[in-house]
Amino acid sequence: MTEWRSARAPLIWVALAIAIGAPIAFAAGSEQLAWRGPVYILAGFAGIIALGLVLVQPLLIGGYLPGLSAYRGRRAHHWIGGALALAIVIHVAGLWITSPPDMIDALTYASPTPFSPFGVTAMWAIFAVALLALLRRRLGLRLRTWRVIHIPLAIVIVAGSVAHCLLIEGTMETISKAALCALVLAATIKLMADLWRKRAFRGESP
Amino acid sequence: MTMVVLNRRSLLAAGGSILATGVLTAGVSGLLLPARADGLAPTETMSGGANNYRKGAAIVERIGKGGFWMSGTVRRAGDGAPLAGQRIQIWAHTVEGQEHEPQSHGATLTDKDGKFRLEMPQIIPIFGQPHGHLAYDSGEFKTVFLRPIMRSAKETSLEAHFVLQPA
Repeated sequence: MTEWRSARAPLIWVALAIAIGAPIAFAAGSEQLAWRGPVYILAGFAGIIALGLVLVQPLLIGGYLPGLSAYRGRRAHHWIGGALALAIVIHVAGLWITSPPDMIDALTYASPTPFSPFGVTAMWAIFAVALLALLRRRLGLRLRTWRVIHIPLAIVIVAGSVAHCLLIEGTMETISKAALCALVLAATIKLMADLWRKRAFRGESP
Repeated sequence: MTMVVLNRRSLLAAGGSILATGVLTAGVSGLLLPARADGLAPTETMSGGANNYRKGAAIVERIGKGGFWMSGTVRRAGDGAPLAGQRIQIWAHTVEGQEHEPQSHGATLTDKDGKFRLEMPQIIPIFGQPHGHLAYDSGEFKTVFLRPIMRSAKETSLEAHFVLQPA
């Protein structure tokens, strides 16, 4: 029991590193890279990293990562949110440079690829959350109001990102990609359940 | 945009069933009526079909080093008559270059049966789907851009079919 307890914290961090590192490593070994230019490669990896960051976000805010205080977890959540927005900008800009007409189709919801609207919707949700987070203090948003805005957008981000990623045929290896997507969904569902339970415990009306 | 894909598929399916109905009707009523099969609908341009199009790609024996076959047919809307000598442009992201690069483009002509076939380098997935682009834009008929998708990136051939209507 004590052995498991002492091993638990590092194991969780190792599992997280593998969950995010494995898909990146497999993608780095993809034969598809041989036929892509550097900008396209950068754009692709920015997308994969963004999905990894989407996994970290609910883990941080739920306090599921050992060794981080609630305060530090929230601080990290803010910074990683900013990094996520930046990764998406790199992803979209890189794809735009690679093939402008395809990117314009995607951004205008006119693309023939079924995954594009999911990605673009998640992108707007990410930008909206980032912007509101920056302005939160200035707008005087209270925690309750903030959550009413952020939680639905977070669900859109998670669902959109997972659908976007799963439907793409690219450099990502299938199993590591599916595993990362499953973890993103699991972490989000657990966080939502915990938030719901806390609220019920405090006796707030739903 | 699943809607668009479904729409396109259902359009193709509808086109197919119209064709099938046409053939069946022709088979049955052909015994009674000399005129027949007036239902073959023209192919619609696919969404994203014209992306990275370059006007006036040269007619070539083969695009690059080859190894992959793009083939299809060109027919006339209505009666479905094969159209010979029609110029079809083909381009894709292949192992030899990106979609927009000149060496990724080429054109070929249909034979007397309205069939075309052009060897090109292996198509690879770009923007999340392994797909090719084809264009009919010679002016006699209405311009059509197609964007067929390969079932798997491992496939070494792809087909696309045109039914053209007068411009």
